[in-house]
Amino acid sequence: MTILTLSKALNEGMRKAMEADPKVLIMGEDVGKLGGVFRVTDGLQKDFGEDRVIDTPLAESGIVGTAIGLALRGYRPVCEIQFDGFVFPAADQIISQLAKMHMRSLGAIKLPVVVRIPCGGGIGAVEHHSESPEAYFTHTAGLRVVACSNPADAYSMIQQAIQSDDPVIFFEPKRRYWEKADVDTSSTDWWTPLHEARVVRPGADATLVAYGPMVKTCLEAATAAEEDGRSLEVVDLRSLNPLDTGRLFDSVRRTGRVVIVHEAPVFGGYGAELAARITENCFYHLESPVLRVGGFSTPYPPSKLEEHYLPDLDRILDAVDRTFAY
Amino acid sequence: MTDASRGADAPPELVQLLTPEGERVEHPDYDIDLTPEEVRSLYRDLVLVRRVDLEAVALQRHGELGIWASLLGQEAAQIGSGRALTDADMAFPTYREHGVAWCRGVDPVKLLGLFRGVNHGGWDPAEHNFHLYTIVIGSQNLHAVGYAMGIQRDGTNSAAIVYFGDGASSQGDVNESFVWASVFNAPIVFFCQNNQWAISEPIEKQSRIPLYRRAAGFGFPGIRVDGNDVFACLAVTRKALEDARSGQGPTLIEAFTYRMGAHTTTDDPTRYRVASELEAWKLKDPIERVKSYLFKNELADQAFFDSIDAEAEDLGADLRKRCTEMPDPDPMEIFEHVYALPHSLIEEERKAFAAYLEGFQS
Repeated sequence: MTILTLSKALNEGMRKAMEADPKVLIMGEDVGKLGGVFRVTDGLQKDFGEDRVIDTPLAESGIVGTAIGLALRGYRPVCEIQFDGFVFPAADQIISQLAKMHMRSLGAIKLPVVVRIPCGGGIGAVEHHSESPEAYFTHTAGLRVVACSNPADAYSMIQQAIQSDDPVIFFEPKRRYWEKADVDTSSTDWWTPLHEARVVRPGADATLVAYGPMVKTCLEAATAAEEDGRSLEVVDLRSLNPLDTGRLFDSVRRTGRVVIVHEAPVFGGYGAELAARITENCFYHLESPVLRVGGFSTPYPPSKLEEHYLPDLDRILDAVDRTFAY
Repeated sequence: MTDASRGADAPPELVQLLTPEGERVEHPDYDIDLTPEEVRSLYRDLVLVRRVDLEAVALQRHGELGIWASLLGQEAAQIGSGRALTDADMAFPTYREHGVAWCRGVDPVKLLGLFRGVNHGGWDPAEHNFHLYTIVIGSQNLHAVGYAMGIQRDGTNSAAIVYFGDGASSQGDVNESFVWASVFNAPIVFFCQNNQWAISEPIEKQSRIPLYRRAAGFGFPGIRVDGNDVFACLAVTRKALEDARSGQGPTLIEAFTYRMGAHTTTDDPTRYRVASELEAWKLKDPIERVKSYLFKNELADQAFFDSIDAEAEDLGADLRKRCTEMPDPDPMEIFEHVYALPHSLIEEERKAFAAYLEGFQS
């Protein structure tokens, strides 16, 4: 066991992937000498060289577009998008090219490209540095979308994403980059399949559903609720597309009450899909309507206001109270 | 602007080896030495791809294709550059490179699937080193540069070529591809067919300077070639590919040509350009000048031209037959090839839709 921050766990995971397969490349802005603005790729260029850890020109469409070309040539590029709000210049390459080329080629082309996106708020950043754009990508057929929430998952999931023959959008909870945990880097036996959800805290009275940065917040809420005599289960979805409906529905059917938590705006957000599917599949098990807690239908606010915008322990527990009011 | 003479006067910097009248001319930097057999072969390519194109337009008019993007007028640019490629080179087309597809050995009927609506692309790019047609303008430029960066890492003696148009030169992706190719010194040839029109917008809406001159700002050579001269297109592309393969980096080739037909079969050029412009360009037809050259130099006789015409007719008839025989895909094919690996949501929807369809059987 090694104690790793989430950021270092990703770094170790990529290092392992690069050692295992010489076709794995890292590319993005400042990923080389600097090691990335969050240092996630720290030291990799020094050890693997400039041909494999590529400091690219500053253009996101160029990063993803050339990654597609490298993948066509047999490489497995891992692209870093520096911040969530900067992924949109690459939207055409991701949505119209990366996601669709496998089908366009009737299966002849495989594009094992990973697009890493640090996401979410809570770090006091300026505009465009705190967004949660996952729903744009879960809505796009052809992409796999995952979100890690802790160092051990970060370490294993990044390697699984790199091994995937499908393109993977990989969300990293930037405010959790410095969270530490024990990670067993000597074995893969403990790895959970990439697209499986996990119950991270068992409970009996209601289910909190989250992914990425909100998993920790939900765990804190569950701890606080325990003091009020409520037993909350927390499900970390880990994979948003495909969605592990089996584990999700199983939890909902046991507790009968659900609160979905994400940082992205609630309206048209990923939680809407979850709520619809839970209602369609678990209707007779539900004791109350599925509730959602998330960002408001506003642009992400200036950082002095973000604590009011982001779901926190109190807003989650307020929603839990409301599910028990039925 | 609707100046009928626009582009009709060859700019001085234009590389030309065969005049519209079929006269061989010299150029200080580019030369080509073709055997009579090679010239006849180029002529055959030009005629046959024009026939494929004509047939596809007719198939669209008969309702067999939903739409078709004609290459009429651009045969020399496509055959000249396409024949400059080696088997190991990789080509990235737009959706109009039927002539390049021909050079790469793609069965013309496979080009029709996309336009008939039975698939989004019907050939294996790796089999022919010819990528799928790309419809979003300019997106393929970045794929080509990435591919070229892969060639660079593999250390193989090959290059990539990417096709795009004058309209695409305004796209961010195309400009980003120039930046990438330049800073990484990627083994790539940018082949821009300036056919003067991006649907209804003339080149003046895209650029204040000749497109080939943009290369200088990105740090690599740009060259303008007579896009209706198959000899010049072959010579210039060959040189650019050799440079790319030997580590000299990218070249931008602007093939100065003319879209003699509509943008696609749904377009109506009479709404935005004058007939005299087309008439002026007809005098510079890419096929007539080669025919004239062969004839004047007694490199081919009437029997040769007749035999090519007969072959073209057979090709057209065969294409027509095989197009109309192309079956509609099975509804369940909607769920095929969305992902390379199993995907639970796709499986769930596949099962549900199959059960729904089965409901109509009982």
